Amino acid sequence: MEFLETISTKFNYWIYIIIMMIGLYAMISKNNLVKKLIGMSIFQTAIILFYVSIGYKENATIPILYHDQVHGAQHEEAGDQNELSNAVEEAAKEIHVAADEQAEHGLEASHVDHPSSLEINPDHFANPLPHVLMLTAIVVGVATLGVGLAITQKLYGEFGSIEESEILEQIKSAK
Amino acid sequence: MKILGFIAVIITGILLLQAERDFPDWGDPASPANNYRLSQHYITQTFTETTVPNMVTAVLADYRGYDTMFETVVIFTAGIAIIGILRVFGSSSQLEHKEPTLTAKKPDLIVDTTCRLLIPIIQLFALYVVAHGHHSPGGGFQGGVIFGASFILLALARNLQTAQKWLPESRVLTLAGAGIFIYAGFGVAALVLGGDFLDYGILTKLLPGGVEDARSHSMLGVEIGVAFTVTAIMFSIYSNLASNGKMKEGI
Repeated sequence: MEFLETISTKFNYWIYIIIMMIGLYAMISKNNLVKKLIGMSIFQTAIILFYVSIGYKENATIPILYHDQVHGAQHEEAGDQNELSNAVEEAAKEIHVAADEQAEHGLEASHVDHPSSLEINPDHFANPLPHVLMLTAIVVGVATLGVGLAITQKLYGEFGSIEESEILEQIKSAK
Repeated sequence: MKILGFIAVIITGILLLQAERDFPDWGDPASPANNYRLSQHYITQTFTETTVPNMVTAVLADYRGYDTMFETVVIFTAGIAIIGILRVFGSSSQLEHKEPTLTAKKPDLIVDTTCRLLIPIIQLFALYVVAHGHHSPGGGFQGGVIFGASFILLALARNLQTAQKWLPESRVLTLAGAGIFIYAGFGVAALVLGGDFLDYGILTKLLPGGVEDARSHSMLGVEIGVAFTVTAIMFSIYSNLASNGKMKEGI
């Protein structure tokens, strides 16, 4: 029972580890180079899943502000642009000062001295940072997959096979 | 080999599952990653600092702009690498006989008509995703991939030559280079005006509006640069892989 509770509160890690191990197994023991590349893609997907699940918060939405929130703030900005930018600079300075203090302290300060009427509770939005990191990781995944496929195609042109063992045999017999 | 691999995988899995016990619970707002000051700052301050409601785009193109710039370079490098690996310069008698001979078939009526209708809509949607990337989900990478996919659809529905009429290789490489050039150009422009590299706030001297608006507009410009590169390289990767680097006959 205790074991099931551990799984239910941390099931995202279990899923990512299982998917990751499937990918790792495919990379290690498959003989076909294209299957190895598929394994690599599965492995990368597991890492993406892991990061995105870290950024998730209970009852939180995507990290994009609602239209209503933005709209209200923009009205005020239109009223006095200069004063607002001054206020932003001041707030930025204060945040820097606050950063030296305790983390919770700093957060409170940034909440109180918010320059506009925009009151954002960080608990209402998913963490944007893992999303950004994974956006770039997907890009690297596409790039590595493309290069891997190109090398596989070249190997097929050279050896007439994409089976690792057959390619190795041909290389050994050539020596 | 298979048994050894299986044992290695099982051991790694058990080690990872052991480490999992120390991880925070699913969806815990107080977990270290979510409670860290940086993430909190991004969520609460992005809009006041940049007037961009989409925090992901703001972090991607502004706060972590340096990272994203070299991410674009990674894509560019991958595209060049694929051309370098597959292209056979000069005579290529060794590969010639293995090439399957495909006769150019007349495109199917249904496929052709569907693509005629779909491709403009896909491209329009791609432009929307790029241009609206800092107000709704989207951005340069996503829009670029959608735009590139429209050309891949054209190449699949007709043949590679038809798609290459619109995106010949010279244009592909020019576009890919131009994208990085635009991105780095924003950085250098900030440098010339006396700021730090990719510090868009200083571009308020060139762009309308205050510091926050300059950052928002620069983000759009940078995303357009990313979209150029991604569009070009996506199509380049496809056309090279599909034609074995010869760019003559595709699938």
